[in-house]
Amino acid sequence: MNPFSSGTRLRDMIRAIRACKTAAEERAVVRKECALIRAAVSDNDNGYRHRNLAKLMFIHMLGYPTHFGQMECLKLIAAPGFPEKRIGYLGLMLLLDERQEVLMLVTNSLKQDLNHANQYIVGLALCALGNICSAEMARDLAPEVERLLHFRDPNIRKKAALCSIRIVKKVPDLAENFVNPVVSLLKEKHHGVLLTGIQLCTELCNLSEEALEYFRKKCTEGLVKVLKDVVNSSYAPEYDISGIADPFLHIRLLRLLRVLGHGDADASDSMNDILAQVATKTESNKNAGNAILYECVETIMSIEDVSGLRVLAINILGRFLSNRDNNIRYVALNMLMKAVSIDDQAVQRHRATILECVKDSDASIRKRALELVYLLMNETNVKALAKELIDYLQVSDQDFKGDLTAKICSIVEKLSPDKIWYIDQMLKVLSEAGNHVKDEVWHALIVVITNASNLHGYTVRSLYKAIQKSADQATLVRVAVWCIGEYGDMLINNIGMLDLEDPITVTENDAVDVVELAIKLHTSDLTTRAMCLIALLKLSSRFPSCSQRIKNIVTQSKGSLLLELQQRSIEFDSIIEKHQNIRSALVERMPVLDEATFSGRKTGSILAPAVSTINSASGVAISAAAPLVDFIDIGADEPAAASPTSSGGNFLQDLLDVGTTPIPSQSGKTEAQKSGTDVLLDLLSIGPSPPQNSSSAPDLLSLSQDNKTSVSPLDSLSLATVPAVQASSTAMMDLLDGFGPSPPPTNNGPAYPPIVAFESSSLRLTFNFSKQPGSPQETHIEADFTNKSSDVYTNFIFQAAVPKFLQLHLEPASSNTLPGNANGAITQKLRVTNSQHGKKSIVMRIRISYKLNNKDVLEEGQISNFPRDL
Amino acid sequence: MIHFVLLISRQGKVRLTKWYSPYSQKERSKVIRELSGMILTRGPKLCNFVEWRGFKVVYKRYASLYFCMCINQDDNELEILEVIHHFVEILDRYFGSVCELDLIFSFQKAYYMLDEILIAGELQESSKKTVARLVSAQDSLVEAAKEEANSISNIIAQATK
Repeated sequence: MNPFSSGTRLRDMIRAIRACKTAAEERAVVRKECALIRAAVSDNDNGYRHRNLAKLMFIHMLGYPTHFGQMECLKLIAAPGFPEKRIGYLGLMLLLDERQEVLMLVTNSLKQDLNHANQYIVGLALCALGNICSAEMARDLAPEVERLLHFRDPNIRKKAALCSIRIVKKVPDLAENFVNPVVSLLKEKHHGVLLTGIQLCTELCNLSEEALEYFRKKCTEGLVKVLKDVVNSSYAPEYDISGIADPFLHIRLLRLLRVLGHGDADASDSMNDILAQVATKTESNKNAGNAILYECVETIMSIEDVSGLRVLAINILGRFLSNRDNNIRYVALNMLMKAVSIDDQAVQRHRATILECVKDSDASIRKRALELVYLLMNETNVKALAKELIDYLQVSDQDFKGDLTAKICSIVEKLSPDKIWYIDQMLKVLSEAGNHVKDEVWHALIVVITNASNLHGYTVRSLYKAIQKSADQATLVRVAVWCIGEYGDMLINNIGMLDLEDPITVTENDAVDVVELAIKLHTSDLTTRAMCLIALLKLSSRFPSCSQRIKNIVTQSKGSLLLELQQRSIEFDSIIEKHQNIRSALVERMPVLDEATFSGRKTGSILAPAVSTINSASGVAISAAAPLVDFIDIGADEPAAASPTSSGGNFLQDLLDVGTTPIPSQSGKTEAQKSGTDVLLDLLSIGPSPPQNSSSAPDLLSLSQDNKTSVSPLDSLSLATVPAVQASSTAMMDLLDGFGPSPPPTNNGPAYPPIVAFESSSLRLTFNFSKQPGSPQETHIEADFTNKSSDVYTNFIFQAAVPKFLQLHLEPASSNTLPGNANGAITQKLRVTNSQHGKKSIVMRIRISYKLNNKDVLEEGQISNFPRDL
Repeated sequence: MIHFVLLISRQGKVRLTKWYSPYSQKERSKVIRELSGMILTRGPKLCNFVEWRGFKVVYKRYASLYFCMCINQDDNELEILEVIHHFVEILDRYFGSVCELDLIFSFQKAYYMLDEILIAGELQESSKKTVARLVSAQDSLVEAAKEEANSISNIIAQATK
């Protein structure tokens, strides 16, 4: 044996490693040692094998790779002597785990050692098997272990029992083999064997319903008696822990009784007395006693309800909760969560204490307490509890804010008694922890705000005040910017004041300031900035005096590196500059977002299928629905899915059902709002959009070069996709005029006499026809509306629909106000393309809506007296 | 069930690791890193439980060493504190007021004792006396083997003189 190859002693190596001042030094020492050990491994050096392995274990603990030592473990285990085996098994458990294939090689050695004459060697083998055995090994060695459950030495029996737990966990099929041996283990007097036997029994009960039934019948009485003996046993120094004899045995017995008593009234009844005794008699001034009480409470909660035991348990928890020891309070909170489902009222009594725990300095306790408070919330206490939590939000740790915010939002959303309270609380949360609020939460808030029409003014003013203080909270900024864009006029004019509000003075410039600040804030992301741009566009129409200033702000984004922002700012800039006359219609207030659709969408069902059904039903692509969603959908998943879209879809479908069903009357309100949006959808859609839509923006941009063509790209686009476009009240034609005059239509085609298309007591509609030369399929219609009454009609909207073989395009009407006494008329141009020219003549269904003395009036009709060959 | 036992010094050095559930080498070092970051930074008055990846880690500090055991959500945390104390008392009895250096230089002894207390992540023996007796019995087996080897080598040495 070469004395130089053996390297240093273990002790010296540890010293050398500890003496290292830097990580690099340590690595060098370890590398040297590893090299020596490797050399010894390849020399197959027997003399120092166990020392080398001990060194490897230390190196392994430091986190260095030691796989080359695995085979050494096997060699040591195969050696005959106890010292070699001892270190070999230790190395096996440390360096290997059950997933390494090398482990299979040890099965044979294990089998031999399990049958070894030396009981300590048997103990080593059992220990190794219990700690790292795989399913295959478990199957192979189960008979040996089963036999060892009856070994004469109790120390082997207890090891075999724990080893069996591992075996049945790996191979549950083997469970039945262990049922009978366990029954005898449970009768043992030796604490170690009893302890491990009880654990094996619990495991078997968890694995197999049959075993559970068997033990319940056979062992419940016996176990109750064992527990009684342990509880009443006299002082035994060997097992005593702070005055209690073997708390570990107590706890395991209680746990097994819990499994046996759960769901069985008889078994529960038989353990009633002893549980009461444990719950009342156990000393609670030391941890060991509390551990027993804690286990006992859990058992009482789990077994079938018997005579007042639960009151006892809840009282113990109450005592725990007021304990000064943090550990005890932690477990109390933990257990009260289970108690909530059993006795809510009893737990509610401790609400104040629990709420204090939410503010504890200990993160573990805070987390438990918050979960518990969340369970305790109901309609009656939500206001008080939410207030406490939101107040606490101001002073809580940064890393706790995320959890806390999520819980508060969830509570407020679920239990809010009214909208104003909801909005108030959400604004507080947003101002305190806006950066922690999840997207769907502020989306939901916006949906609620749009639905609370009486609170629009109040909300936007509150947001304005909030953002002055907390401009760094991203989600607050988004909601504020959105609301200022929508309800900016309400902000400055103090519209919709509630009694509780103090009037504030906000100028138009102040409102624009907020948005400008937000768009320039370096922390604002794409979503926020995109929302700012849209808000600015809306404000430019609401506050004409700030128009120039807004234009300057919008212009600054023209150089943005983000494509979306750049594109939008160029488009918006041209809207502000060139199209003042249609701007107000473009930026109408958003339609009310539908809460049901939003929550439906949140839970996974999307609007898309609904829209597509409408499409297939009516047989035409209704492009209005999807882009409108996109329009609301600024980049992120906003609470879009507005119902007016779908109802609009239905409406179109109704219109298209020419001559079959009477049209149900619909409110004209949403249509009015839609008319603006229809045009906008092509211009404003930010984020992913359907193909026809994404092509619209380039079209618009190329308009200025395209000004020679009479049919503008926008027209052709609408023609291709929208069979019936609701005309905006403002002349949309102006949009195209901005890019250059279109050549005057030359009327060379055959002339057709004008017809009176529709006449009612209050209104007359006449059509004048003309045709473009070379396109006989296309008919230009000029519609003239005349007011027969003496009153003025406002918000006048004309809508039309045609069957599938026709394509209809409506151009903007000349005005949306129709003076009385035929004193002036609205004209509107329509263009109809007849794909079956010469075979079928044109038919059309129309709907006219207007306001007469602030009342909505709706007129409908069908036009079938068109000249035949149109 | 106890999933693993860790002994970490205040400086974050690992003094003992025992894994009862399968964790790969990579996962092990990650777990140790994560937990020492969480546990070593906790103040002295806080509770001894840390919630981690859906498990609970019960830890207790003795002098410069943190004893940590990872258990399931529904296990008894207070009892695990007693198990840790049980282990510490056994170490203390064996080494005679144990210190960190004992555990560094005789780390394998610490493992031997742990193996007499826990198997498969479950408690094996609640009597400190029994554990001490078993460990010393095995120690004396090793000593006897050593002496025997020495005497044999002496005989061989004398015979070959």
